[in-house]
Amino acid sequence: MERLNPIPILKGLWITFRTAFEKPVTKQYPEERFEVPPRFRGRHHLRRYDNGLEKCIGCALCAAACPADAIFVEASENSDEVRFSPGERFASTYEINLLRCIYCGYCEDACPTQAIQLGHDYELAYTNRADAIITREQLLDPVPDGAEGTPRQVEPGVFTRSIPDMPDPV
Amino acid sequence: MILEWVLKSVVIILFGLVGFAYTTYYERRWLARIQTRIGPNRAGPWGLFQPVADGLKLIFKEELVPENAYKVAFMLAPVITMVPAVIVMGVLPWGDLWEIPAFTLFGWDFPGYVLDLSLANINVGVLYILSVTSISVYGVVLAGWSSNNKYAMLGGLRSTAQMISYELALGLAFLGPVIMAGSMDIFEIVKFQQHNWWTWAPSQVVGAIIFFIAMIAEINRAPFDMPEAEQELVAGYHTEYSGMKFALFFMGEYVKMVAVSAIFITLFWGGFAGPGVEAFPWLGPAYYMLKVFIVLGIMIWIRGTLPRFRYDRLMAFGWKILLPLAIFNVFLVAVISFARFGSA
Repeated sequence: MERLNPIPILKGLWITFRTAFEKPVTKQYPEERFEVPPRFRGRHHLRRYDNGLEKCIGCALCAAACPADAIFVEASENSDEVRFSPGERFASTYEINLLRCIYCGYCEDACPTQAIQLGHDYELAYTNRADAIITREQLLDPVPDGAEGTPRQVEPGVFTRSIPDMPDPV
Repeated sequence: MILEWVLKSVVIILFGLVGFAYTTYYERRWLARIQTRIGPNRAGPWGLFQPVADGLKLIFKEELVPENAYKVAFMLAPVITMVPAVIVMGVLPWGDLWEIPAFTLFGWDFPGYVLDLSLANINVGVLYILSVTSISVYGVVLAGWSSNNKYAMLGGLRSTAQMISYELALGLAFLGPVIMAGSMDIFEIVKFQQHNWWTWAPSQVVGAIIFFIAMIAEINRAPFDMPEAEQELVAGYHTEYSGMKFALFFMGEYVKMVAVSAIFITLFWGGFAGPGVEAFPWLGPAYYMLKVFIVLGIMIWIRGTLPRFRYDRLMAFGWKILLPLAIFNVFLVAVISFARFGSA
């Protein structure tokens, strides 16, 4: 057996002892949370325009793009009495299965109107599989201040610009 | 008389069990600080109820006995491991002899009494300690063999071989204090340290280091914990144990940690002695607890720093390095004792 030198052992002991006085790197979870980066991909949101109409037109491009087949879209036609989005169609059924979703953001990239976007929420615990399928109502953004919600009634034959002018079109 | 024994036994058992529970808490917290993290701090204020939570969990766990296990030995092995750890604390004095003066209460006369703060101050205390710690080797080998599992068997054999190898160095290290104090009686040894501390301390340093290393090996604690190495042997000799039986093994390990720390400080660090003990007798137990706490902290610190010894190097270290060093220590202490104190 080669020489057993105690000096490195003692140096090692000193290093661990010194480490005991450093500030611990533990984050005390429910009280201190992690600051997410701005492009973090968390739970999805269905966005609205500033005038309250929904951006989603029910084209199902997000469902086609999804690699995990997590999105289910059924479209219906808008009428002037019951209008959800500008244009002809809206998504009457929109469900995302959070258990299948891989949070890749391809749906966000595929959307032509920038309706579906991934937000910063990562605290998504559920207790049974049915709770993991979130519906249109749970996904829709709240109505912005000063606007009417959907469904709304529009006057027939009035051809105002149904997509409003927005300073920042995103 | 009997009341005194019963009360002292209850105190020692309680100290063992509560000490075990809070040693696990102390270990998890101190080990965590060495690793730049916080230990358990959620169960109760500052995580102080964590051992209670652990105990409750182990009670509710399913107890599996393997089909072809030898049931008698399987059930007895944890007990054989655990009991010596508690009873070895019986001979250690917690404080100086306490002279309770005679007093009268409610018209009854209580005569004066000299209370000995150890359960049984036998005059071969060192021999008692050495023999009792050897009994727990049986528990380990029986656990490994009766589990009907080849990994448990190997773990049990390795652990047994390790424990008996390091017992040799341990026994020789015990001789240092015995030679210098001239007695195997533990109370005498502590008193000797109290009066001759500045001769005792430098001459016993080598013996103390040998004792410390041998005792960590004896209780299968890191870096000598190959027999229960999770990576190599699943869990060594306690692989097949679950629920309360496993809790007993776990308890045995930690109570042994507390017990050998107490033995170490009693033989090498003055036990209950310290500045001011003659004037304030209550300082005796206070110093005792403080010293046990510090020695436990050192053991946990070593666990958090050193990697595990490979088994053949562990055996080589015990036989080829520690044993000759322990023999040399006996000579050294004998020479110093003779030079300083004359014969006998």
